[in-house]
Amino acid sequence: MNNIHSEPILTEKSTRPSALRRIVKTPSLLTGILMFAILILLAVLVPYLSPYDPSEQNLSAFLQPPSAAHWLGTDQLGRDLLTRLLYAARTDLAIMILAEIIPFCTGVLLGMISGYYGKWTDKVISLITDAFIAFPFYLIVIIVAFASGAGERGIYITFILVGWIVFARVVRGLTASFRKQEWIASAQTLGLPGHRILLRHLLPNVLPQAVVVLMTDMIGLLVAIVTLGYLGIGIAPPTPDWGTMIADGQPFITTAWWLSAVPGFAVVYTGIALSLLGDGLADIWRRKS
Amino acid sequence: MITSSVLEVESLTLTAASGEVLVDKVGFSLAAGESLGLVGESGSGKSLTLRAILGLLPRGVEQTGGTIRSKAVSAMVFQDPRGSLDPLCPVVKQVTEVVYYRQKTSLRAARSIALELLMRLGLPDSLATKDRYPSQLSGGQCQRVVIALALACKPGILLCDEPTTALDVTVQRQIIDTITNLQQELGFAMVFVTHNLAIAANLCARLAVMKQGRIVEYGATPALLQHPAEAYTQMLIDSVLPLPELEGGGI
Amino acid sequence: MMKPRLTLTGAAGNNGSYKWLGTALVRALIVILCVMTAVFFLIRIVPGDPAKMILGEYSTPEALQAMHHTLGLDLPIWEQFVRFIQTLFTQGDTGNSIVSGTSTRELIAQRAPVTLLLIVMASVLAIAAALVLAVLAATQKDKLLDHLIRIIPAVTLGMPVFWVGLLFILLFSVRLGWFPVGGSGEGGLSTLHSLVLPAVTVAFSQIPTLVRSLRAQMLEVLESEFVVTLRAAGIPSRVILFKHVLRNSALPTLMLLGVNISYLIGGTLVVEQVFGIKGIGSLLFTSISSRDFPVIQGIALYCALAVVIISLLTEIISGWLDPRTKAQL
Repeated sequence: MNNIHSEPILTEKSTRPSALRRIVKTPSLLTGILMFAILILLAVLVPYLSPYDPSEQNLSAFLQPPSAAHWLGTDQLGRDLLTRLLYAARTDLAIMILAEIIPFCTGVLLGMISGYYGKWTDKVISLITDAFIAFPFYLIVIIVAFASGAGERGIYITFILVGWIVFARVVRGLTASFRKQEWIASAQTLGLPGHRILLRHLLPNVLPQAVVVLMTDMIGLLVAIVTLGYLGIGIAPPTPDWGTMIADGQPFITTAWWLSAVPGFAVVYTGIALSLLGDGLADIWRRKS
Repeated sequence: MITSSVLEVESLTLTAASGEVLVDKVGFSLAAGESLGLVGESGSGKSLTLRAILGLLPRGVEQTGGTIRSKAVSAMVFQDPRGSLDPLCPVVKQVTEVVYYRQKTSLRAARSIALELLMRLGLPDSLATKDRYPSQLSGGQCQRVVIALALACKPGILLCDEPTTALDVTVQRQIIDTITNLQQELGFAMVFVTHNLAIAANLCARLAVMKQGRIVEYGATPALLQHPAEAYTQMLIDSVLPLPELEGGGI
Repeated sequence: MMKPRLTLTGAAGNNGSYKWLGTALVRALIVILCVMTAVFFLIRIVPGDPAKMILGEYSTPEALQAMHHTLGLDLPIWEQFVRFIQTLFTQGDTGNSIVSGTSTRELIAQRAPVTLLLIVMASVLAIAAALVLAVLAATQKDKLLDHLIRIIPAVTLGMPVFWVGLLFILLFSVRLGWFPVGGSGEGGLSTLHSLVLPAVTVAFSQIPTLVRSLRAQMLEVLESEFVVTLRAAGIPSRVILFKHVLRNSALPTLMLLGVNISYLIGGTLVVEQVFGIKGIGSLLFTSISSRDFPVIQGIALYCALAVVIISLLTEIISGWLDPRTKAQL
């Protein structure tokens, strides 16, 4: 009787050996992985690569344009911009990844429950998401981040509160469409308990799409972290962060425009890498099914 | 070969972007007022052949060989009647538009021609006074509108792509009767594509049986039905279910 | 999904009930109630004592208690909630500002016009640009222009809107001198002129998503069967594109705008800060720095109400315009 469970499902086990080849064959995914890997590598290795300390001030060498000693110049306190940029990558990327974990899990779970059980569970969860969506994203992020205190903790709390909605909505739609398909009905008639169908059969089918959404959502999250930093309610000043770097450079926009421009390009670069990753993954999964 | 043909297709070859040959050296000719049935399973290239005659191949398919010579205007009736109409445009307007651009009349004249056409096809005359959208009509009614759209082009050749497949059986009968009557009245030639051999045999004097992009058998309907040369044709004939004998009251 | 219908006459259209309208209204109402509750809890679920935030870390217990009393925090939570709802319905706001004593409704009403103007300008710009780009991309599918337009979202998605604003100021105000560096002018044309750059900035952040959905939408319409029918019937392509395809893409665009209005408002609040515009956004930030809780709550409430009402309106309008909604009921 046991092998009944795994029978009607679109399993992905047999496709392992070609996984690497498929990645290589998808240029967008490959580029995305490479771009992201380079960024992570530089961020991790920056203490060994850079002769400068991110917070070491050198007031005799402030606001210098790019040169051989300082590839991207120095800021108003004489700190090396490139070094700070990469240290900021450590902060921002780490928070970006950590802050997505809980929202991703709750979102997928609630979305599956809402889409699978339907009826009142669905109605309640949909109402909550509708009410949350009514609040402009940045408004709620700003208020919660402020109320829970500036710094990393505020960012985590904010995203635990609001980050799950995107996933819940996508997964709910997917689950509801899977639910109508025959193999779910046949699993139900076999008398499998709901949680088993959800976790063993629906989850593997819903997860790929959710991961694709995760990639784009991470871009939004990163931009939000940076925005909070810029507004002065995100990561607190001594820690390097792209948002505060942009804000710090703003007064010098007419004389040393790169101070604000360069950290922004770092965000854009990360965004492109994640976009390509998401598109590539979506391509692979679309081709598979 | 008939010399007064309105349509001649010679070794037509259609190829997909991937290099796969979808229609392979298909050829037939059609005399004025004549009907040809193109029969075969789905994916045999029947619909693509029609699209090629119309000059509207789908994206990614190209004509890589052969010629199509046509001496008359052709128009097409499609498989999915509701999908073939703009959902946000009242049906009368859609027919009017075609009359306007094809018959180069004034808009007012186009509208009255369109209404006349629609009435003739058995649509309710309330259409003249009230805007009706495709979603407010039944499938059969929509198909009549689609036929009206085709007739508004004043075609010498009517191409029918499975025009009854999406309809209820009873409505199928009505649509086919309508097409037959119109053909007798207007005298257009017709290529009728279907997977249903019974319908094709009823409508058409000649049949071409298609399989995997080729015409495997081609001839006059009665001869082809009685002495099929191909096993595939025989299979198609056998697959037409006869009605059970109703002796002794039946079950 | 279209259900097969048995009636052969086209009579179902106008005597169809407006049930969808009722459902939409009830749903919006429930969401509004949820929004009100959420605004109430917004500053209560997060850790930390609001009174302490207002008075600072080293305030005396007496001062804290007094502040608790002013904020009504010394009451049991349900009573606080009842009070909150009472003020909402009697005064239409979230109480008076702690700083100035003015009612939050008044404070917001003072700042609302410039923000609204900015939002309207940004939406018009965003839709116009998105339509042009989507038409180009969809009609040139898989050609160079389409690829270029499709790259835009990947690049702009990671652009913080405030940063884009800064670059625009640098380029168009500082370098080219076309627009003032900030502020919202002195009324009339000067206001419109100063709001162009902020509006372009907000629109810029909206265009990628709009283009992406519109392009997909138009491609779906372009590849739908009725377009083939119209082509087969010999209607000129430009008529098909501008009359049929655009009309069929217009409804989803309207819906999309309803969905995106929330992002538009959020973006506007941040952009106001970059350009130093004295709108709702700057009110939000001053209230945040002075810990003026009632005002913050009021802004959250009114923004959310605006979003709910605008989404409802787009739903109603598109329901009204779409013959399919009527026929299905």
